[in-house]
Amino acid sequence: MIDYTSAGIDFGLIAPEIALLVTAFVILLISSIRRLNAFPIYIAFIGLVVTLALSIQQWSNQESGFFGMISCDNFGIAFKILFSATSLLVLLLGYRYMIARGIDRPEYSALLLISTMGMMVMANTTDLVVMFLGLEIMSVPLYVMAGFARRSLRSNEAAIKYFMMGAFASAFLLMGIAFVYGASGTTELRRIVADISFISSRHGAYIYAGAALILVGFGFKVAAVPFHSWVPDVYEGAPTPVTAFFSVAPKAAGFAVMLRIFLFGFADLEILSDVFWVLSVLTMSVGNILALRQGNVKRLLAYSSIAHAGYIMVALAVGGEEAVSAAIFYLVAYTIFNLGGFAVVTLLETRSGCRSNFSELPGLAATHPYLSAILALFMLALGGFPPTVGFLGKFYLFAAAIKSGYIWLAVIGVMNSFLSVYYYLRVVKASYFETSDEPFTPVSYTPAIVAVLIITAVGTLGLGFFPQQLLEFSRSAIFAFL
Amino acid sequence: MEGTANSMSEYLSVLIFIFVGIGSVLFTFFLSRLIRPHNPYKEKSIPYECAELPIGDSWFKFNNRFYIFALMFVIFDVEVVFLFPWAVAFGELGLFALVEMIIFILILFFGLFYAWRKGALKWV
Repeated sequence: MIDYTSAGIDFGLIAPEIALLVTAFVILLISSIRRLNAFPIYIAFIGLVVTLALSIQQWSNQESGFFGMISCDNFGIAFKILFSATSLLVLLLGYRYMIARGIDRPEYSALLLISTMGMMVMANTTDLVVMFLGLEIMSVPLYVMAGFARRSLRSNEAAIKYFMMGAFASAFLLMGIAFVYGASGTTELRRIVADISFISSRHGAYIYAGAALILVGFGFKVAAVPFHSWVPDVYEGAPTPVTAFFSVAPKAAGFAVMLRIFLFGFADLEILSDVFWVLSVLTMSVGNILALRQGNVKRLLAYSSIAHAGYIMVALAVGGEEAVSAAIFYLVAYTIFNLGGFAVVTLLETRSGCRSNFSELPGLAATHPYLSAILALFMLALGGFPPTVGFLGKFYLFAAAIKSGYIWLAVIGVMNSFLSVYYYLRVVKASYFETSDEPFTPVSYTPAIVAVLIITAVGTLGLGFFPQQLLEFSRSAIFAFL
Repeated sequence: MEGTANSMSEYLSVLIFIFVGIGSVLFTFFLSRLIRPHNPYKEKSIPYECAELPIGDSWFKFNNRFYIFALMFVIFDVEVVFLFPWAVAFGELGLFALVEMIIFILILFFGLFYAWRKGALKWV
């Protein structure tokens, strides 16, 4: 008989994941028995609140269990909290949009929950195979969600593109894991890190090939250049709340895993730092330059999300505790203001016929002063202006880079931020200073989206003035991890 | 770590096996090309369907309703893949694994129930 007592079978470790899965099943069960469209949203809301509470409750409870397959440390729990909060906000901001477009099917909430569960699995393990499992649990619902507007050609195109490229990237990742396993005889990062000098002296080529292929696989998920080509079309074609989810949650999950693999598992492979240096500079520069001349706000935010992946990659190039905590800080901040930006775009697109082109923005400031002010706030935060948390996020990242001697990386990063200000301010300019002959159709607020706007706006400004809480959060998330 | 660090060269035999496998097929084709008579005529290129003359084109559109059944087949295919190793090691795994497996099958059963309720089992 196998001794289960030493294996650490503790369902408390995966309580948030179980809560998500049960909620998703309840939604599917109810929706398959009776046709109710609004009800599942409430169940999903309750389930996510419970998940969030369970995740917060796990805080500073460092344990690993299930034969070492699940590692519940503060790093993972921090991401659990981030994912469930993100999911909650996306659920709220998308509700009215889905009704307006006639795609408010109960499956949407269920897919959102299952995808969130996959992300939690990804962030809470040190085993490469479990990471892959989590990645697939995350990705498959995302492919379906991208094509959720079944009657829309663009949405279908987005789903097919995302699926093709995603499956391709998964194959790379799996091959990379196979190489690492071949070289080290294990998929467990803690055992790889213990023997990495021995492994790389004997099987150098394989461990490097494995690391490179794993990098390709996750580079796709976080939309790093040169694996970014799917981003604009998928972001533009998918329903806007889904795009909002794409732009923050899978990115955070991808970075959680990359931080673990490359700064913990493969920390001794020195060439990786140079690789990430180049990737980071490429990603932020290409993202920003391509964003300059976009005529559609969703496409602009797509390229901007590529650029932000580049900023976070600075942490992977720099390495060390400070960089990782800066990356977590930035991911949380980015999630808040990017979701805020998408909430405004979703609100605008809830009106029929709106595709959120630049030409549709004039008149926003005159008719909706609060909404346009909030949009401007999020754009400034994305550009990294001082009173917002966007500035502090970039500041901590680049400060960590300078302290470790990566002066040029920080300089290029700051130059890129200046460049990005141009296109973020184009959005502000279009809504404030341009005029259009067509009257601006008023938007209809709902309590849910107003709540999202208030939470994200208060978060963007409040954390900009009082970052202490978030700073401590990201610092204590790191100590367990290294 | 001498014992656990199994080298990649253990997988060399797999690589050789693949090459030998592909090579033997190619070699047979090459050999038969050398010794066979060469006499093509039109009837030879007709698809063979039990000596009947084929009617119509074989490149027609298949009904895409098949894919739902194919998908559901995959679910139970995968289920069996997991059931076999579990059944083989059942003696050592004990009650805990039995409960785990029941949960796993219940989840799959739920999937079937959902598909059934959504009309995926109906041939419309």
